[in-house]
Amino acid sequence: MIKYLLVFVALIGMCIVFYPLVEDFGTLTQLNPLAESYVKGSITDLNMPNTVTAVVVTYRGLDTLGEVTVLFLATAGVGFLLRRKQTHAAHRKAGTEFLRTGADFLSPLIIIFGIYIFTHGHLSPGGGFQGGVVIASSILLLVMANASFRFSHALLHFSESLSGAAYVVMGLLGLLLLGAASFLDPRYLPGGVYLSLFSAGAVPLIYSFIGFKVGAELSSVIDSMHEEGGE
Amino acid sequence: MPDLMALILLVLLSLIAALYAIFTKKTLNAVIASGIISLSASIIFLIYGAPDVAMTEATIGAGLTTVVFLYALKQTKGGEDD
Repeated sequence: MIKYLLVFVALIGMCIVFYPLVEDFGTLTQLNPLAESYVKGSITDLNMPNTVTAVVVTYRGLDTLGEVTVLFLATAGVGFLLRRKQTHAAHRKAGTEFLRTGADFLSPLIIIFGIYIFTHGHLSPGGGFQGGVVIASSILLLVMANASFRFSHALLHFSESLSGAAYVVMGLLGLLLLGAASFLDPRYLPGGVYLSLFSAGAVPLIYSFIGFKVGAELSSVIDSMHEEGGE
Repeated sequence: MPDLMALILLVLLSLIAALYAIFTKKTLNAVIASGIISLSASIIFLIYGAPDVAMTEATIGAGLTTVVFLYALKQTKGGEDD
């Protein structure tokens, strides 16, 4: 009883501490100057209708590079911790008939949908991270359904490091071609026709590399978890 | 104002799911309930006009996190799958 009482006291204390933050919260009716320059610049400078992608890939590109690095470190940690004993990986249980049929039918469609999401990241909602996770979920379906399903870890790690390196090279190309202070600036490729697939400079390329990288990383996480758990 | 009724329903759903996840005895049900919370959060994001965030929440929160929890659950109990 005393435990619940203490929890309630703590909750009420948190309410009192955080109430001033909520008190003067309101919906903004106009953008602040920074946001306004991002919204205008994403269309006039970068030729890109999706402002979120413009901010994530271009204006805050360095943060995205950091995020990708964090994801890489997390994957490396999972692989390091779970990839010890490989003895009982041979006999994993096969999925049921329903799961196998559904996986055979759905997984190519899901992979194509993931590729669509990250190649159209500059036009429609979504982007590299979302597309990569969608691809990884399709890999998860395949791994769960088929006991004999194997994909080469060498290939997975190779494509992951290749796309990571290509992402950095894309950023350095901006630095090289456009001069100082333009790391990860995508405007060294032509802007293209507004709303077409090959527009907005190098953004589709960069987002495709991010998508490949995230997809490969999460697929390897799923695979190591499954081999660990699927005795 | 976006769909107020749908918002209230989704918030209620996630509240109920959260309370259920806390008070249920079965860990599997708690994992599924936390997936429901993520799913309703992603629909709320979509209603408020943030489709990018909604996509991330739906794929990572409702999809991958649930699966990782299920694997961990299987590991601790040993045996039963699905």
